[in-house]
Amino acid sequence: MIRNLLLQTGQYVLLMKRVFRKPEKWSIFWKQYIAETEKLGLSSVSLIGIISLAIGAVLVIQTSYNIENPFIPKMYVGYMVRESMILEFSCTMVALILAGKVGSNISSEIGTMRLTEQIDAMEMMGINSANYLILPKIAAACVFNPVLMLFSFMVGIIGGWLIVALTGMITLSQYTTGLRFAFNGFYVVYAISKMVVFSFIMVSVAASYGYKPKDSSLEVGRASTRSIVASCLLILIADLMLTQLLLN
Amino acid sequence: MIFVEKINKSFGEENVLKDVSVTFEEGKTNLIIGASGSGKTVLLKAIAGLHGIDSGRILYDDIVFSALNEQARKVIHKQTGMLFQGAALFDFATVEENVRFPLDFFTGWTAAEKRERVAYCLNRVNLYGVEDKYPSELSGGMQKRVGIARAIVMNPKYLFCDEPNSGLDPQTAILIDRLISDITHEFHMTAIINTHDMNSVMAIGEKVVFIYKGEKAWEGPPGDIFQTGNKELNDFVFASEMAKMLQQVRS
Repeated sequence: MIRNLLLQTGQYVLLMKRVFRKPEKWSIFWKQYIAETEKLGLSSVSLIGIISLAIGAVLVIQTSYNIENPFIPKMYVGYMVRESMILEFSCTMVALILAGKVGSNISSEIGTMRLTEQIDAMEMMGINSANYLILPKIAAACVFNPVLMLFSFMVGIIGGWLIVALTGMITLSQYTTGLRFAFNGFYVVYAISKMVVFSFIMVSVAASYGYKPKDSSLEVGRASTRSIVASCLLILIADLMLTQLLLN
Repeated sequence: MIFVEKINKSFGEENVLKDVSVTFEEGKTNLIIGASGSGKTVLLKAIAGLHGIDSGRILYDDIVFSALNEQARKVIHKQTGMLFQGAALFDFATVEENVRFPLDFFTGWTAAEKRERVAYCLNRVNLYGVEDKYPSELSGGMQKRVGIARAIVMNPKYLFCDEPNSGLDPQTAILIDRLISDITHEFHMTAIINTHDMNSVMAIGEKVVFIYKGEKAWEGPPGDIFQTGNKELNDFVFASEMAKMLQQVRS
């Protein structure tokens, strides 16, 4: 098992060495970058929006339900929604959701290209296929996913606001006071930093699983599943490490 | 010319190529034949640089290709065209974009110049009006022809074809064979073609190399293939019922 882990880590490092080279032509790289931003980022906006809206609303209901002590001001509901969204949900949970959606897409796309010899065809032309296929995906995800995270944060807050307005469990004034209370701007930097690292993990791990040589379509499916498991685990480990490093 | 000198290749415990030495001549269609699993695809991919080798040397003219690093190999690869067994066209690109792909990377040509070159290559393989179609919209034979057009778009010195007529009907297979042979002579390329189709061997072969269980069992012109006395080669050549009948007629 340890040998296998070392082997996979070595293959991953060697692949990243090929990925992080100067693109053959910048014009081709930018074209790919725009296409990947659309494919990996923009296409996830609606999914992230719906989930964030629901989570924001649920956070309001749960927090409000749990604050029974009359000495705890109700404005803490808004405060808790903001802190939960920015510190954990909008970065870590969104990253885990994207690791499933985007990761499986990347792994199966590259895996199919490997199986059908399209990657070999690129190599035969003298093109660094790893650089051409993977670098724009990593760049697009690392730049756009933090935007997606901020979007998720805002939509979550709106979700909470909507449930407050609809149910009246606390007043809108209490909710907005809570949202503004003790705001720490560094948390936004912290969340963006985490999202950049998570984006790199989800794309690079999925791409490395897809890129490995394959003999059958079954292996493409297996690689896709394994890549999701591996990237989710690595995201959680990175979450622990980054939280310890940045917040202590 | 491409020289292969005593190359060995194993996958785990299995020795797939054993001390294979062979010379592939310039301006000729060099055929590698052998049964499925004999190692001919591994040999072709090793020559093309898609598989590493454990020992031995591969030379492209006077350049020791097997000793080159990745960057230096790119220079050779830019002079190489390859037709894969399943054509390996890019799903995400149209026919025109597929053929234009290497031009986009390695030339500073204008869009009009590239379009002209793509049109020339597609016309050379007898394809007209398919520029805007995607590979999934083409038949197997058309995909192979697009694959050939893409392989020759950079005017290569070396052409590799892995089972170019597998999965095609006999008539289309003959067309593809003829096309590869004509292009090889027209552009004076060193062509190496992997096949197990005896029709191809007799129709376009100028030099034939027979691989048996990872070893070179015979090489020579196709005309000599019926009188070699090599049992494995005879078993391979006369495997079909039609070939057996012809053998009986001859004897």
